[in-house]
Amino acid sequence: MAEAILELKELSTHFFTDSGEIPAVDQVSFTVHKGEVVGVVGESGSGKSVTSLSILQLIPKPPGKIVNGSIFYKDENLAKASEKRMKKIRGNEISMIFQEPMTSLNPVFTIGNQMREAIRIHQKVSKQTATEKAIHMLKVVGIPRAEDIVNEYPHQLSGGMRQRVMIAMAMSSEPSLLIADEPTTALDVTIQAQILDLMKKINKEEQTSILLITHDLGVVADICDRVVVMYSGQVVEQGTTREILKDPKHPYTQGLIRSLPKLHGKEKKLYSIPGTVARPRKDHIGCRFAPRCEFAFERCFKENPQIYNLGEGRESRCFLHSKQEGERLKDVTTNT
Amino acid sequence: MVTYILRRLLMLIPVLIGMTLITFSIVHLIPGNPAQVILGETATADAIANLEKTMGLNEPYFVQYWNYILDILQGDLGTSLRSKAEISSEILPYIAATFELTLFAMIFAIVVGVNAGIISAWKQNSWFDLAAMLIALIGVSMPVFWLALMEQWIFAQELGWLPAYGRQDSKDPIAAITHLYVLDSLIHLDFARAGTILKHLILPSIALGTIPMAIIARMTRSSMLEVMKSDYIRTVRAKGSGQFLVIYKHALKNAMIPVITVIGLQTGVLLGGAILTETIFSWPGVGRYVYEAINYRDYPVIQSGILVIAFIFVMINLVVDILYKKLDPRIKY
Repeated sequence: MAEAILELKELSTHFFTDSGEIPAVDQVSFTVHKGEVVGVVGESGSGKSVTSLSILQLIPKPPGKIVNGSIFYKDENLAKASEKRMKKIRGNEISMIFQEPMTSLNPVFTIGNQMREAIRIHQKVSKQTATEKAIHMLKVVGIPRAEDIVNEYPHQLSGGMRQRVMIAMAMSSEPSLLIADEPTTALDVTIQAQILDLMKKINKEEQTSILLITHDLGVVADICDRVVVMYSGQVVEQGTTREILKDPKHPYTQGLIRSLPKLHGKEKKLYSIPGTVARPRKDHIGCRFAPRCEFAFERCFKENPQIYNLGEGRESRCFLHSKQEGERLKDVTTNT
Repeated sequence: MVTYILRRLLMLIPVLIGMTLITFSIVHLIPGNPAQVILGETATADAIANLEKTMGLNEPYFVQYWNYILDILQGDLGTSLRSKAEISSEILPYIAATFELTLFAMIFAIVVGVNAGIISAWKQNSWFDLAAMLIALIGVSMPVFWLALMEQWIFAQELGWLPAYGRQDSKDPIAAITHLYVLDSLIHLDFARAGTILKHLILPSIALGTIPMAIIARMTRSSMLEVMKSDYIRTVRAKGSGQFLVIYKHALKNAMIPVITVIGLQTGVLLGGAILTETIFSWPGVGRYVYEAINYRDYPVIQSGILVIAFIFVMINLVVDILYKKLDPRIKY
């Protein structure tokens, strides 16, 4: 396997609010290799966005704080990096695009102004050169009339176009890693496909690694090499996309996949996991998914399950993988 | 941009007509015959009839109004009853005095207010934030006349650093050209005099500028806090921008949109003449001009003074509208 670009080791980001300490990200570990597309999947509130914001130290602090763990980017621990160093990393080594293309660009500056700024923060070039580079990047991401668009304001563009601008801006310094936080969620389906194709193209041609945050397994199947499934601030399962979609090990992942509508299925009613994501609590005892899990047994409510390594990079956080519960697991997998 | 300004100018026409209607009716709302009021109780019937004829008071109202508008359009604001001088030329030095004072008061208010607001928002809940907002609270609640008197007492009376009243050294008056004395003394290349005149401006500017300063500071702070939470600020930070660029470029331009409204309104209020401040500091401004006219029942001056103040207010609003468009490209009318 190629060298690791990003390695999260037991990263914990907590929010210190009036109603107590909330472990929004709890001991999260995963790796992104060079040229790889890794998807982080989970429902709203699973901590996937906080994980991605923590990598660039963009969580609002206070109340947020990285309390534990490390974020290795090419052998450098970003969790301990100074703000000065982070400024050099952000938008240069690691770029980020966001869910809301409609509000992610500053409404009172032109596209050209904002793109030039992104370029000139990290590259010592003239305004003229920066403008040319901006136009070039807009063409790369497939924006027609790029020469005119640089002089236009965000409100003059559609959502899809704005997301392309965001991608062009993020890619303008040729980062090694692109973090995309639900980049297609706010877009309609056809535009969504175009943006995903664009990201695939960037990944292939520039060898840029992509960390894709999403709640959409369809997007994962389309573009990701590996998947990290998060639930209530923790990683519950990870492995290659193919393995996870074909043979999910954790009951939560199984539930997620079952709740996808099937085009040729016979079911009358679409399956949904009962209940909602539990808000992470510091004093929580037991598996966080247990209250919603149809296979939960006594132990699940008394102990916190650790991660079980299932070989070939597959991991799952579930007691069903322990030896004494192994038989149950067999039942589980054959039932689904 | 040009069509926007033209459109705003066209929209002013009904406002201006409304203004003239109100000032026009002032003379006719006075109880009794205007000519009688002007000439006083002892006037003879002949004299009243004569004046009615010269003033055109025996014409129908719409003809009178039409003549009034024609006069205004030609720059004729009537004649003062007291001084018998043309109001249009008599009022100019007063407007200049108010304008100069307002300019310095607003510079003080904007520079201090906006920066205090920005730093308060940047360092939210710090000691600076708490102190600035406490001062702002005191600033909006404090009576202007009290502040003015305290300033005079401390800086003029006790310390003797600054003059307590007037626009200039009364023993050595300036040869006025524009009646903006700072500008005039610079035209004369008389820098020593410019210094004296600036000294005269300090105390009244601070007295007059304190309330706008406090309002602007609070407004800027809350607007900045709102903007700092927005998605595009996160984008700017994700690009690797430093805090200074984030705040003074991206956040400030967005945050200033509501603040500009407040600045415009406050400037309008100050230009309308601040009678209290102008009286305490013996400042010959437009507020005092109209106030004295009221005391002498000098109706033409009251009428034209109000018209001029209203006109200035409308113009300030026009400037604010143009600034909106400059700040926010999304605005369309």
